Amino acid sequence: MSYKAKFRVWRGEGGEGKLEDFTVEVNEGEVVLDIIHRLQATQAPDLAVRWNCKAGKCGSCSMEINGKPRLGCMTRMSTFAEDETITVTPMRTFPVIKDLVCDVSFNYEKAREVPSFTPPEGVRPGEYRMKQVDVERSQEFRKCIECFMCNNVCHVIRDHEENKPAFSGPRYLMRIAELDMHPYDVAERKESAQEDHGLGYCNITKCCTEVCPEHIKITDNALIPMKERVVDRKYDPLVWLGNKIFKRAK
Amino acid sequence: MDNSINIERHEYDVVVIGAGGAGLRAAIEARQQGKRTAIVCKSLFGKAHTVMAEGGAAAAMGNVNPDDNWMVHFRDTMRGGKFLNNWRMAELHAKEAPDRVWELEAWGALFDRTEDGKISQRNFGGHEYPRLAHVGDRTGLEMIRTLQQRVVALQQEDYEQHGDYEAYIKVFQECTVTRLLKDGDRISGAFGYWRETGSFILFDAPAVVLATGGIGKSYVVTSNSWEYTGDGHALALLAGANLINMEFIQFHPTGMVWPPSVRGILVTESVRGDGGVLRNSEGERFMFNYIPEVFKDQYATSEEEADRWYTDQANNRRPPELLPRDEVARAINAEVKAGRGSPQGGVYLDVSTRLPAEEIKRRLPSMYHQFKELADVDITAEPMQVGPTCHYIMGGIEVEADTAAASVPGLFAAGEVAGGMHGSNRLGGNSLSDLLVFGRRAGAGAAAYVDGLAARPKLSAQQIDAAREEALAPLERSGENPYEVHHELQRTMNELVGIIRKAEEISEALQVVEKLKERVQLVGAGGSRIYNPGWHLALDLRNMILVSECVAKAALLREESRGGHTRDDHPGMRPEWRRKLLVCSTEDGTSITVEEQEQPAMRGDLISLFDRDELSKYLTDEEMAEFDRIAK
Repeated sequence: MSYKAKFRVWRGEGGEGKLEDFTVEVNEGEVVLDIIHRLQATQAPDLAVRWNCKAGKCGSCSMEINGKPRLGCMTRMSTFAEDETITVTPMRTFPVIKDLVCDVSFNYEKAREVPSFTPPEGVRPGEYRMKQVDVERSQEFRKCIECFMCNNVCHVIRDHEENKPAFSGPRYLMRIAELDMHPYDVAERKESAQEDHGLGYCNITKCCTEVCPEHIKITDNALIPMKERVVDRKYDPLVWLGNKIFKRAK
Repeated sequence: MDNSINIERHEYDVVVIGAGGAGLRAAIEARQQGKRTAIVCKSLFGKAHTVMAEGGAAAAMGNVNPDDNWMVHFRDTMRGGKFLNNWRMAELHAKEAPDRVWELEAWGALFDRTEDGKISQRNFGGHEYPRLAHVGDRTGLEMIRTLQQRVVALQQEDYEQHGDYEAYIKVFQECTVTRLLKDGDRISGAFGYWRETGSFILFDAPAVVLATGGIGKSYVVTSNSWEYTGDGHALALLAGANLINMEFIQFHPTGMVWPPSVRGILVTESVRGDGGVLRNSEGERFMFNYIPEVFKDQYATSEEEADRWYTDQANNRRPPELLPRDEVARAINAEVKAGRGSPQGGVYLDVSTRLPAEEIKRRLPSMYHQFKELADVDITAEPMQVGPTCHYIMGGIEVEADTAAASVPGLFAAGEVAGGMHGSNRLGGNSLSDLLVFGRRAGAGAAAYVDGLAARPKLSAQQIDAAREEALAPLERSGENPYEVHHELQRTMNELVGIIRKAEEISEALQVVEKLKERVQLVGAGGSRIYNPGWHLALDLRNMILVSECVAKAALLREESRGGHTRDDHPGMRPEWRRKLLVCSTEDGTSITVEEQEQPAMRGDLISLFDRDELSKYLTDEEMAEFDRIAK
């Protein structure tokens, strides 16, 4: 059942690198990450790759396989022809540290800018009462394993470094939607989604939804509803009037 | 070249090593008590092995069955551990778990709900009532994300107040600690390296909390990730602390067996908790043949009764598929050995004939996804093939129950790396709650310890230089391939100190371990110091070998079978062994000494929670006489 596959893997550090060719054994049922591990064990012991669970649950082994963002652990070798050359490169949107490992600190910085869950005062632990239907919307977004592939694929920042400061990417816009839809969250999220996190940059091309390994409908269920909420707020005549009066009073 | 003078140096009150459930909960507690806290983790923040936990966190909240309470949970935990547990830990755990779960909800966790809007609770092996707070079958992810987000919330508070997110709590991610440092007998800090750059880092800190998880990477078939190399176990040993119960390893009964590349990956116990059954190649629900004497009153003896239990727990006994994990794993092992296994060497776990397809997808979404994408198996239409996989080590650092303090002043441990709580076998669901309860206690213990110090212990330049030399050594050699040494260790432990053990095989394993020790001295790593996995593995090998020796030596000494330790040549539990703990330590840093130590007798009010009949199956005659005196 085993055969020799042709792999081209990005190797390099410190901003320089190139694709290196390997011929490597593949056995039945293996995934791309298995092959990367075999390369480490037999041909390139210092080949850098992130991984942890090897079961699609931790979101560590994000890479681009034949140009498509994928989890190495969930990409089965049987989806490729045996004579096909498989090209593996690091995620493109983030700076490469070495080989397949990127500096993903952009994501952690953006995470820190989203105000945390804010429950109303006076609700004590143990007193929370929520209906299953009311938590399911946010639960879908909490399935996120933070593989960062949605942020990686998003064209707003993929080829536009200059947009990074103003745009939190699908991952963190979805986090804002998750909190906004949490039955007990009382913080103002709509205006800040638009003003502070760049929701307006998103033009719903759904690339993020397509690459999500958890099959979260990021665009349809998080980003579009969030945009609608922002619009509701912006064009609500009462809110408009309130803003006018408030501004005048200042 | 860096030396002890110019190595990057950070001063903290508490350094937490490990960023899974226990580590994060410990760090949150230390920071909430005003301590400057560092979290050091080998992977990215939020990727720790806790994300893999599926089933749930056991806490006797009584949301589904109001008869549940801490005493029932305590009894279940002690039974699951075959009465070898540190009973004080089991007591604290059962009492505090509900508060720890509710606290997560106040930090933003969204558990599945009951009809009346409370946290839903599911059935699990060994738990008398539905007890596991859960989110589908991805509870660990919910927990790690909630704790991660709590850390961020605290950082946001600090930013508001001090203008610096990292003023009081900072995450050092992709950073590995290789040595704990001491001033006399006290902890003074830790030495490690950045994975990204390979440069060294020093923590100057009076208190260290170890929360590094387990040792599964010493085995071939395991549900554990690469991080599980026994780092905390080894760091503690090398710092002079003791490990206990190292012979007890939990082989989870249901790991994937096919395809080969995913062998060992976990199939959650929730499959059985929600109605899934185990069958052999003859279609028989074989678990009815494996109900041990000590549990025979609590488990159904017919399929009809077992099936009725799912809807009527008051009048029926539990299905034997929900026996504690050690029992189920041994049963599967026996069926496969008897030639009644599935084509790929496991048994069948079937939920497809037990629940409607939509219900399976709702309750077990990750399992559906995992089998569909990795094995081309649709679990709503056909059975899974499963077999035992190395999952969890009950053994770990000997700690004081209330404060999580190890014997070395300034050293604390919580979660899988700590020993005692689970006795000889852990119940499913008791791990996530353990992380929360003892994570918090370790953070509090460390904070209190720091408050009580008259002066900060000092770092020693000599120790730092030694740690530096040790870490650089593999880069300066071009000898053995670390991956090969690792594979040989894994094969040895899997084959010779696995689920079923015997004296000759364990002795053989110990001989191999001795040879591997020599080979580790020759292991070389090519390439630079920048993100070099070969180098990292070469350094992890020291830890894996130390803990493997502990496991094998303790397994050889314990001449009985109990929980996660099954001796083919010594079948059956022996009451005189129940009170004996095997304590591992090292004098020279390379060889392990094991000594027997008596475990204190259970407090009167706790032992009185059990029936005399049940206790008589575990206790010696003298202990029973003592019980009768108390019970009077």
